[in-house]
Amino acid sequence: MKFDTPATTNPIDQMKVVGQPLSRIEGPLKTAGRAPYAYEQHDVVPHQAYGHVLVAAIAKGRIRGMDLAAARAAPGVLAIVTAANAGALGKGAMNTARLLAGPEIEHYHQAIGVVVAESFEQARAAAALVQVDYAEAPGAHDLAAARAAAVVPRSRADSTLGDFAGAFAAAPVQLDATYTTPAHSHAMMEPHASLAAWDGDSLVVWTSNQMIDWTVGDLARTLAMPKEKVRLISPFIGGGFGGKLFLRADTLLAALGARAARRPVKVALTRPMIANNTTHRPATIQRIRIGATPDGMITAIGHESWSGNLAGGKPENAVEQTDLLYAGAHRLSALRLAVVDLPEGNAMRAPGEAPGLMALEIAMDEMAEKLGIDPVAFRVLNDTQVDPEQPARRFSQRQLVECLQQGAARFGWEQRDPRPAQRREGRWLIGLGVAAGLRNNLTMKSGARLRLDRQGQVIVETDMTDIGTGSYTIIAQTAAEMMGVGIDQVTVRLGDSRFPVSAGSGGQWGANSATAGVYAACVKLRETVAQRLGLDPALAVFADGQVRVGNRSLPLGQAAGAEGIVVEDSIEYGDLGRRYQQSTFAAHFVEAAVDSATGETRIRRMLAVCAAGRILNPKTARSQVIGAMTMGVGAALMEELAVDRQRGFFVNHDLASYEVPVHADIPHQEVIFLDETDPMSSPMKAKGIGELGLCGVAAAIANAIHNATGTRLRDYPLTLDKLIGHLPALA
Amino acid sequence: MKPFTYERAGSPAAAARAAAGNPGARFIAGGTNLLDLMKLQIEAPAHLIDVNGLALTAIEPTVEGGLRIGALVRNTDLAADARVRRDYGLLSRALLAGASGQLRNKATTAGNLLQRTRCPYFYDTNQPCNKRRPGSGCAALQGFSRQLAVIGGSDACIATHPSDMAVALRALDAVVETVRPDGAARRIPLAELYRAPGDTPHRETMLEPGELITAVTLPPPVGGAQIYRKVRDRASYAFALVSVAAIVQRDGTAQVALGGVAPRPWRVEAAEPALRRGAGAAAAAILAGATPTHENAFKLTLVERTLHQVLAEARS
Repeated sequence: MKFDTPATTNPIDQMKVVGQPLSRIEGPLKTAGRAPYAYEQHDVVPHQAYGHVLVAAIAKGRIRGMDLAAARAAPGVLAIVTAANAGALGKGAMNTARLLAGPEIEHYHQAIGVVVAESFEQARAAAALVQVDYAEAPGAHDLAAARAAAVVPRSRADSTLGDFAGAFAAAPVQLDATYTTPAHSHAMMEPHASLAAWDGDSLVVWTSNQMIDWTVGDLARTLAMPKEKVRLISPFIGGGFGGKLFLRADTLLAALGARAARRPVKVALTRPMIANNTTHRPATIQRIRIGATPDGMITAIGHESWSGNLAGGKPENAVEQTDLLYAGAHRLSALRLAVVDLPEGNAMRAPGEAPGLMALEIAMDEMAEKLGIDPVAFRVLNDTQVDPEQPARRFSQRQLVECLQQGAARFGWEQRDPRPAQRREGRWLIGLGVAAGLRNNLTMKSGARLRLDRQGQVIVETDMTDIGTGSYTIIAQTAAEMMGVGIDQVTVRLGDSRFPVSAGSGGQWGANSATAGVYAACVKLRETVAQRLGLDPALAVFADGQVRVGNRSLPLGQAAGAEGIVVEDSIEYGDLGRRYQQSTFAAHFVEAAVDSATGETRIRRMLAVCAAGRILNPKTARSQVIGAMTMGVGAALMEELAVDRQRGFFVNHDLASYEVPVHADIPHQEVIFLDETDPMSSPMKAKGIGELGLCGVAAAIANAIHNATGTRLRDYPLTLDKLIGHLPALA
Repeated sequence: MKPFTYERAGSPAAAARAAAGNPGARFIAGGTNLLDLMKLQIEAPAHLIDVNGLALTAIEPTVEGGLRIGALVRNTDLAADARVRRDYGLLSRALLAGASGQLRNKATTAGNLLQRTRCPYFYDTNQPCNKRRPGSGCAALQGFSRQLAVIGGSDACIATHPSDMAVALRALDAVVETVRPDGAARRIPLAELYRAPGDTPHRETMLEPGELITAVTLPPPVGGAQIYRKVRDRASYAFALVSVAAIVQRDGTAQVALGGVAPRPWRVEAAEPALRRGAGAAAAAILAGATPTHENAFKLTLVERTLHQVLAEARS
């Protein structure tokens, strides 16, 4: 199905099942421990062996030699694979660094081999016996130092409109400030894990991956084998946040280990490997300049961002939202990319917008303060309903002003004293902060297969993944709505490359695109069913397990007959995304308390008001948003991959030292979804929500800290050591 | 993890004898720290002596009017003990500020005292660390040192001791009771249990090879306001940036120990008279001679301000 004209009324608009706050249909499996994750696939193939990954001990250089003799002789060892004996390997289109390195080492903890043994413990013990002789090479490990040599990345030219420099220089009120955000680790609960089994020249991998088709392609490319010979199965994923978008070392090394050992092989990355072996959100340095008239109209807005990556890697696009969020006639946005010899930087939840808004939305707060205008009012004043660079291009839906105003009313924003450091409760300094959020709505081709049997049961198959987001549930809701059956009549099968290729889970595009693909297949199934029943497809009503035209009503299952019906279709997008700017919007409100003696910040209240198209399931959507708000608390207050600038690696590579929020850090969270349908996005009229919930949260916290203390912090995370020199004198 | 042998000890003296006769041996009780370190190959004992079956689980009064806490009393049980809560509230509060409920259910009194540092370089076997591999150097001195010691360290090591409980016990003048391989018992004040790192930071305590902690004793209750204040980046389940264990009497005299700043619970008795003059003078005296890194110099200010807050709370 081609989606190239705005959606009109369709069966989804009934909202009998879609839009209902249903609990996750796979929830009972998960709470009962009956949803097998990759490393728990104990029964799918017999004789599984265990691989332990060998990782590089240096940040850059060469392997001069590896002594494997002791490891080979260790008890239980079946095989050891290194670059020296793996055969020629290609490289995935989406990988920057090689997943099996040698002799060249590109980053710390880059995989240099896998030891396969009868047991996990034997593999790990043998791996410790491997002696590696390295020739270390100097590298650039510090973004601030490498910044001077940064260049315009190939992926994005500078974006300019009007005369930014002239307009900024002429602006009566100016802000010119620099902000930094550190590298972040995805820190998902389930480590990367894969079980690989060969059958002749065919390979099956049970894994934990967000994007099945990308990863099948990159695994085939790396192993130089036909894509058709690779099957990936990833039914349950214990979090990904972008860390599992791509082929990673666990999958490749399981496949290579299984080939060498002639046994199925299971490989998991251990927790301490994850920060440096896998990808991370790159650190940024951002300069923001805003010029405005005294009455608060932005005349010039400029956002430049520096990030680093391995040679050949991509920049963190922290400026994209600034092209769209506020009005202003003169504009500049620019990325600069430096070569930095740290592990590979890549996508993490809301890539670009998350760190970009961490800076931009502090800058907006600073500018409002300079202007003496309320920060909510300042944002409202500079709202735009069109793409500022292409004014003919309207937003499909844009309710940022409504998000801000409803949020302000709900949160009690009028209680905020615009003068900072005014409110104190005992030892706590109290402040309120606000920030806007924007995340673009991306649409991706997405397919699904439907099976209907004579009992009227519907089975949906698509390679879409559920990374804890609720994909199973919203897909079941979509099929139930379309086919007029209860949700208990629908079975959803996900995450298998034998199923039609879907949008996958990334970039918050999964919910809208994958359900739209199911919608397309359901339209086809409805037509097939109506024809088989001798009913006019245009008039047929699907409800209560029946298909009805006028007063003629037949059971849905009757059309399936003994053999059942199988149909397949996909949604493909036309140019509505080009003709209309499709984005999602949020306003985040935070009340923070800062200990007046120590500078510890604790969050007291959080509110997110979101406008993101039709909410397919308010319960799973709310879970997405409160999870994202929690991640925003982490980004604001504690998360930082600490770089050892001499040794070139992330030092705090476990969950004891890379702190993420715990329950005690998270207060009352409230989420409001504005009523919205977006006919430009898809027949579902939905958009993404999972990344929007993160966008702006950290800046709202930074702004609340400023309101509480009068101290403007511009370097994340906003830890007490940065505040302590600015706190009230001891009384 | 390399293969190891395992035995269950029949008595404290037998455990000590077995350990002395096997230089690669480690005692195991709760295992909350040792097992992690074994998985990471930081500890690779050839032999484990399980002491969990020993009768060291009682909390009982001493003839002096104090309390004897068996080495195997679990942190959860110790924190919840009515006598501890009534007479040694500082200890209960410090315990509950540490780890998680699950860990406290397993972790023991002696194991808590002997847990090893959380320095990230100690935890990464690719990195030089004089504590883990004597003579290999210290990556932390020039590296990521935000969490590490500002005082009491050396050019060889600036690791901190991570325990909260030990900080409270230090303020409470606790004494450790041990049994040696020859069966003789001895008492070591907690003040003397931990060695200064010097150029041998791998030698962490004054315990002799094989010597087993059997109990910790507390002197008779001293009353006062007992406050344990732990400062950290997140609200729970994090090691202290700085912690203050304080017992403050009505007359303003006080006993104070600090956590998060040194290789051992840090207490300077000679500085305690200065506490009557306020946090500024006391902190300066307690931290005299501190040698922070660029990354952890904030701890000096943090100690002073936290101490100020604690003293104010004690007064109120």
